[in-house]
Amino acid sequence: MANALLEMRGITKVYPNGVVANKDVEFSLREGEIHAIAGENGAGKSTLMKIMFGMESPSEGELYIRGEQVKLQSPQDAIDRGIGMVHQHFMLVPSFTVAENMVLGMEPRKGVGFNVGEAVRLTEATARKYNLAVNAKAKVEDLSVGMKQKVEILKALVRGAKILILDEPTAVLTPQETEELFRELQQLKEQGHTIVFISHKLKEVKAICDRITIMRGGRSEGVFETREVTEQEISRLMVGRDVVLKYDKSTIPHGKPVLTVDRLNVSDSQGKALLSEISFSVREGQIVGIAGVEGNGQTQLIEALTGGLRGVTGSGSVRVKGEEIRELDILDIRNLGVSYIPEDRMRQGSAGEASIADNLISTRYRQKDMNKGPFLHGSKIAALASALVEEFKVRCSGPQQPIGMLSGGNMQKVVVARECSTNPQLLIAEQPTRGVDIGAAQFIHQKLLELRSGNCATLLVSADLNEILELSDSLLVMYEGQIVAYFDHPSAVSEEELGLYMLGINRQDKEQTGRAVNHV
Amino acid sequence: MNSLLNVILTTDFAFSVLRVTTPILFAALGALISNRAGIINIGMEGIMLVSALAGVIVSAYTQSAWVGLLGAVLSGTLIAGILAFFTLKFKTHIILGGVAINMFASGGTVFILYLLSGDKGSSTSLASKVLPSIEIPLLRDIPVLGPILSGHHILTYFSILSVLVVYYLLNRTPLGLRIRSVGENPHAAQSVGVSVVRIQYSALLLSGFFASLGGAYMSMGYLSLFTRDMIAGRGWIAIAAESMGRSTTVGTALTSLLFGAADALSNALQVLKIPAELIATLPYVATVIGLIIYAVSETRKKNRKLKTTAK
Repeated sequence: MANALLEMRGITKVYPNGVVANKDVEFSLREGEIHAIAGENGAGKSTLMKIMFGMESPSEGELYIRGEQVKLQSPQDAIDRGIGMVHQHFMLVPSFTVAENMVLGMEPRKGVGFNVGEAVRLTEATARKYNLAVNAKAKVEDLSVGMKQKVEILKALVRGAKILILDEPTAVLTPQETEELFRELQQLKEQGHTIVFISHKLKEVKAICDRITIMRGGRSEGVFETREVTEQEISRLMVGRDVVLKYDKSTIPHGKPVLTVDRLNVSDSQGKALLSEISFSVREGQIVGIAGVEGNGQTQLIEALTGGLRGVTGSGSVRVKGEEIRELDILDIRNLGVSYIPEDRMRQGSAGEASIADNLISTRYRQKDMNKGPFLHGSKIAALASALVEEFKVRCSGPQQPIGMLSGGNMQKVVVARECSTNPQLLIAEQPTRGVDIGAAQFIHQKLLELRSGNCATLLVSADLNEILELSDSLLVMYEGQIVAYFDHPSAVSEEELGLYMLGINRQDKEQTGRAVNHV
Repeated sequence: MNSLLNVILTTDFAFSVLRVTTPILFAALGALISNRAGIINIGMEGIMLVSALAGVIVSAYTQSAWVGLLGAVLSGTLIAGILAFFTLKFKTHIILGGVAINMFASGGTVFILYLLSGDKGSSTSLASKVLPSIEIPLLRDIPVLGPILSGHHILTYFSILSVLVVYYLLNRTPLGLRIRSVGENPHAAQSVGVSVVRIQYSALLLSGFFASLGGAYMSMGYLSLFTRDMIAGRGWIAIAAESMGRSTTVGTALTSLLFGAADALSNALQVLKIPAELIATLPYVATVIGLIIYAVSETRKKNRKLKTTAK
């Protein structure tokens, strides 16, 4: 690899909490190419990119730029060496004009003052040079997402970037904006820039990238000439399960529908569709799984089911036991017998400073039996907490320990204990075992199956294929805000097949996906 | 009612509005700079108190009002520097740090005053100096306007000038651009190599600088001596003015003037037969009402924003 512009050798990154984000990763960038890094969420793409941009330093391994070994201590180091980054969450100051954002940190001066005219001139000149039309005097907060991204790209270019790293640049763009971005990237490539394109959208990778490095589980699965591999091959390398879990699942008849979603449509403030024509039901004693790469509408769907979308425009209905819940507040929805295990146990699922006991009663402290006059009923709460801690095998010093001091798995067990112990009729479980150890994960899975035996309807949203394929009675696949596949025997579905739907290569017809409503 | 109008519609009243606005305006400009850098300095009251005392002591010992002013500004800026050091270096919570500064100043100034003058109430025994007032040649001969605008304390004129200076600083200088970027999106600032901590240091020091000018005015202009707790809430009113002025330079200056007018009114009304205690609450009532109006409009704005950005 004599002609490698940037090379990473044997990169391993272990975070202080013990998570191995990258393991012995090799990456090599040729001058003038568009190089994709593809992989599922959690595959280690972001970490690799942060190392490349000096935001993280690797635990092991070396980084070479034009054959010379370098150590990047900060993003500024990377910028000085001609590496620019377009973050997924734009690094822009909303109330500033485009020109002000462009020159921040390297402001042209006139005496003691800031030379606005020069900033505008510089912005316009850069925009013309790279053929990226922006209005230098417009305020960034008034710009569309696509425009903001252009400003971000220009910001990197004006600082002399020859290598541009784009972190999931199309995630926030409309299809038209995406096409425009691709044209711009092609132009930049022709002008001699090198682009690192991080994505899990295979169509896009195929459309504009010359080579592709595939990552899975923190490792590199190899680098390929994009034209020599098919989408199917890429998908097979990206999606896969490492350990296969098996559970004994009793077959139980499914009862009446508890949750019915009918033709739900939701768009964001820019008019981009987030959910379109979502229809399905979950019945008593049934676990319905939703698979999909993150960011394909699962978050919005869960928000719609848990009261997070009140007042947002959209159409269609969401009914729990026949009652429309779209305009109900969270307490009313919970009072219908809905439990919710949120994806983010740190911020949404628990209050870190509060005790395990307090967290356990946070959904039921209003109930009569938890109160004694105007006060909380201390002894009853303590008894309940002790019983749950024992039943759910939460490893702790006692129910009074702050939940934030527990390990991730035990913290999650407390959340699961709270949500599963109120006899829910509908449980919405969002990534219930993300980041927990295998023992805790299996325990949580058993609990979900116990609830199922108790006739609870469960909606399970997860990126973990093991979990979703083994636990679900029926499986839906979401892609770009739509249901693109329905399976009634998930455990018989291969991950290769699932991958094709998750990555948008295949989709079933309306008749097949329509079965999600009645499950027949 | 007539007597009320007789009090307000005089050039004397208009003159006094500018006179009492001065310390509020200085402190509000200081609060503005630190707030724009995303760091709320609630230690204004304490900084003003320390600098008021320092001005008196230094001018008494050097027998120079100007050296006294310098001493006031240096000590006030030093206090802000201490606050910045604890907040930015040791990550003390800025509100706790601000409260500590205020309490330290309240007790500490009395202690030092007693040490130097043997009096716990005021500095009457110290022969401190006062900064001059200025008659503006042509302006003072214009009817109505003349008596209102001419003959003010030099720091009053300087406070008005400071509005322009702060406006220019925030909107037209690289430092101002960085201060605003740090306050609005520190990640963006950091991603282009702007040191967030360094900018916040500068902003806090500047806020201390302006607050101490307000403090110096209190003891070397508004009064000609230091008295215990003489800032009497002006630092807090300034923070309210900054907030109500929506963190813009012009808004902050105008709301400072509004609070100054309320203050002046309470002074003026003391000649009427209204209980003095009731009148004395006027500036504070104005502050509370102002903050309520501000909070309500902010909440509405936020709700509207939330609705449009919710996905």
